[in-house]
Amino acid sequence: MTTRDVVFLLIGLITAASAILSVTTRQVVHAALWLVVCLGTLAGCYVVLGAELVALVQVLIYVGAVVVLVLFALMLTRAPIGRQPDLATPLVQRIAAAVLGVATTGLFLAMLVPLVGQDSVTPVSGDTHTVATATFGTWVWPFELLSLLLLAALIGAFAVARVAGAISPRPAPADRGAST
Amino acid sequence: MMHLWLPMTLAAVLAGTGAYGILARRNAVLVLIGVELVLSSANLILVTLGSADTSPLQTGQVLALFVITIAAAEICVALAIVLAMFRLQGHIDLTEPADTEDTPARSTSGR
Repeated sequence: MTTRDVVFLLIGLITAASAILSVTTRQVVHAALWLVVCLGTLAGCYVVLGAELVALVQVLIYVGAVVVLVLFALMLTRAPIGRQPDLATPLVQRIAAAVLGVATTGLFLAMLVPLVGQDSVTPVSGDTHTVATATFGTWVWPFELLSLLLLAALIGAFAVARVAGAISPRPAPADRGAST
Repeated sequence: MMHLWLPMTLAAVLAGTGAYGILARRNAVLVLIGVELVLSSANLILVTLGSADTSPLQTGQVLALFVITIAAAEICVALAIVLAMFRLQGHIDLTEPADTEDTPARSTSGR
């Protein structure tokens, strides 16, 4: 166990616990707030792995924009406050879902752990400068394509949210997420 | 120095948790939270493998940034669909039987 291992273990345990809480909690808003904890500590995991630019973008986009968007959606759909007994599917389906989730975890473990091996390595993630050079050099066309994708998502969100506009024409919060 | 099986284990746990969240929730927004967890798991795998890679392309980190962008676009469109569903049907319960009859709101302004 090296120092990085111990730090990653501590942060990763919080990440895993908050992820499990966010899919099992009976309160709708708590699920979104546990997601904040999960994604925020995941940014810490990225820092331990040496990818500080990804960690910053994770905090900005996920914790900043996506979670705010989720909270807005919960508010606009009049999510009830307090414990909700009917939030989860019937018990049989939940058991099947749990079995499938554990099976997915097992599959990923069996596939990924042999891939990286048991050896201790030094993470060699590039700093912001090298990542930026790669992004605007080799990866510049996929990058531009992504800006097109964001524009399409913005227009698509507008179009979809306006479908029911005849009933109550209020501004959809969808444009907030696409513009960030 | 660190053991890379630790982040891989966390990625596996996140993927399994996300799959459970997608399947075991009735509220559409909570299903999206499960989708976010699965996307985060993919991101963690990309960053972990990128940190073991010495090429100047920085594939792992750049692709992780791209996945974050795609996730933002995805959740934006998905929440617009959830809002439209709430306005047309009055609930966002995914286990309810689908309402297939054409509503006046949809036929006036929708395609």
